[in-house]
Amino acid sequence: MPATDVSASPAVELINVSRRFLTPDGKSMTAIRDFNMSVGRGEFVAVVGPTGCGKSTTLNLVTGLARPSSGEVQLFGGPVNGIDPRIGFVFQTDALFPWRSVIDNVVAGPLFRGKPREEAYAKAREWLARVHLSGHESKYPHQLSGGMRKRVSLAQTFINEPQILLMDEPFSALDVQTRVIMHDVLLGLWSEAKASVIFVTHDLEEAIALADKVYVLTSGPATVKSVYPVDLPRPRVVSEIRYQEDFIALSRTIWDDLRDEVERSAARDETLAA
Amino acid sequence: MTDAALIAGVAFRPGTSDAEIEAAAAKAARDRRRKVLFWRWAILIVMLGGWEISARFGVIDEFFFSRPSAIWDRLVEWTLEGTSEGPLWLHLWVTMEEALTGFATGSVAGIVIGIALGRNQFLSDIFSVYIKLINSVPRVVLAPIFIMIFGLGLASKVALAFVMVFFVVFSNAFQGVREADRNLMANAQILGAKGWQLTRSVVIPSAMSWIFASLHVSFGFAIIGAIVGEFVGSRHGIGLLINIAKGTFDSAGMYAAIVVIMIVALAAEYVMTLVENRLATWRPAPLQDTH
Repeated sequence: MPATDVSASPAVELINVSRRFLTPDGKSMTAIRDFNMSVGRGEFVAVVGPTGCGKSTTLNLVTGLARPSSGEVQLFGGPVNGIDPRIGFVFQTDALFPWRSVIDNVVAGPLFRGKPREEAYAKAREWLARVHLSGHESKYPHQLSGGMRKRVSLAQTFINEPQILLMDEPFSALDVQTRVIMHDVLLGLWSEAKASVIFVTHDLEEAIALADKVYVLTSGPATVKSVYPVDLPRPRVVSEIRYQEDFIALSRTIWDDLRDEVERSAARDETLAA
Repeated sequence: MTDAALIAGVAFRPGTSDAEIEAAAAKAARDRRRKVLFWRWAILIVMLGGWEISARFGVIDEFFFSRPSAIWDRLVEWTLEGTSEGPLWLHLWVTMEEALTGFATGSVAGIVIGIALGRNQFLSDIFSVYIKLINSVPRVVLAPIFIMIFGLGLASKVALAFVMVFFVVFSNAFQGVREADRNLMANAQILGAKGWQLTRSVVIPSAMSWIFASLHVSFGFAIIGAIVGEFVGSRHGIGLLINIAKGTFDSAGMYAAIVVIMIVALAAEYVMTLVENRLATWRPAPLQDTH
């Protein structure tokens, strides 16, 4: 990081960002338009929106895997140049290497980044212990349950000590009980690591339970419709928070806002299908 | 995994213990294995026996179709006394040398070039048309050309086995690279993999199952290449034995040579499966189908 960086600049900032791409039949399509977003250091931001509205595109712009067509994406006040090593990403689907054992999956990041083997493996064992997977080191991903695989993914991401953590519906494939456990695991890891998080989800309750700030997006092309601060005290216990009065009230407010977009998106899909 | 009652094929009374169910299932599985084995042998014996008897009673012409006992005698004669062209082992060794060298060079070249073109869209756009062009040539017609260029020795057969193997392995390696999971690629890149690291840690492993599928087929192709080359012109090899047997109307000799090749190909297939299983411990075991 250059020394000129102002320590006050947010971790992630999207300024008037638009992203278009070409569909396979050569038509130009706008995925996100005039998108503004700011994630403070150590802040947990959740992004909710109707399905297919361009939430994942937003994350790809931050990773540097995709470039904005116009506007600017900044990390800690600097421009995005390729894939930034300060970023960690947890995918929706399984992104573990199926041909590597659990420990070899976790150790991948440090080894790619040129850490010595001994040190990398010691660190990997430490992270596996933190996600309660000690004793499973030499198993292969297919031998684990969905929840365990997700914990390996978290260890694989957190071992690189990312300052910015991007999560693309990471728990949507898990069953409800496992998901609640994973929320608490995530909040525990996050409070230690002090990373800035952008958590994309279509589950509003999940968003409110985890985040400091919830962004509601419009149906595609996506742009920010409204931003809601979540003032629930931390540390939170996700399995209990959802029964609190203020949680329910907030959830109702945001849902009223989100519902219009969901309905509009569904109506558009129907006209497209017709 | 599978319902125990289904394996045993009987409904258990309430109160049947787990041990009894397991014993019944084990017994059912054993019986089934025995039945499969019985029918395998039965079919073989009926076929060979039928062949032998029809040849002896003149139902089929022994001159063309020979008979199992004559083929067996020829195999024994070849192994113990050698063929008219020298010891059987020499011929077998020459053919194997040609096939193995062609197989090794062809598959290495196929894998390397397949991965290189699979990773580079620009190169693959340029070369794909040429590869299609060359691939459309029936490989066998190259045999006389190779023999003209490389002579009657090893090189011409290796070249033929090479082109037989190369395109199969190449197209599978290419396809395997293209099918590499985009999420895995993105994950590796974000974790910090660059250039060669990405190829080595994601692209090659995910193309591996495609490549192995092609290696199974292409070893057979390597043998075909070697033998066809030997037909067209050679001083040693199983193909030569077949050619000589044909020239002397010795049908038993031709079938005996085929049997030798069959045994070799089966053994190679077995070794290959062994290697593949060793390399692919990470894959889920196929569900055991006990029905």
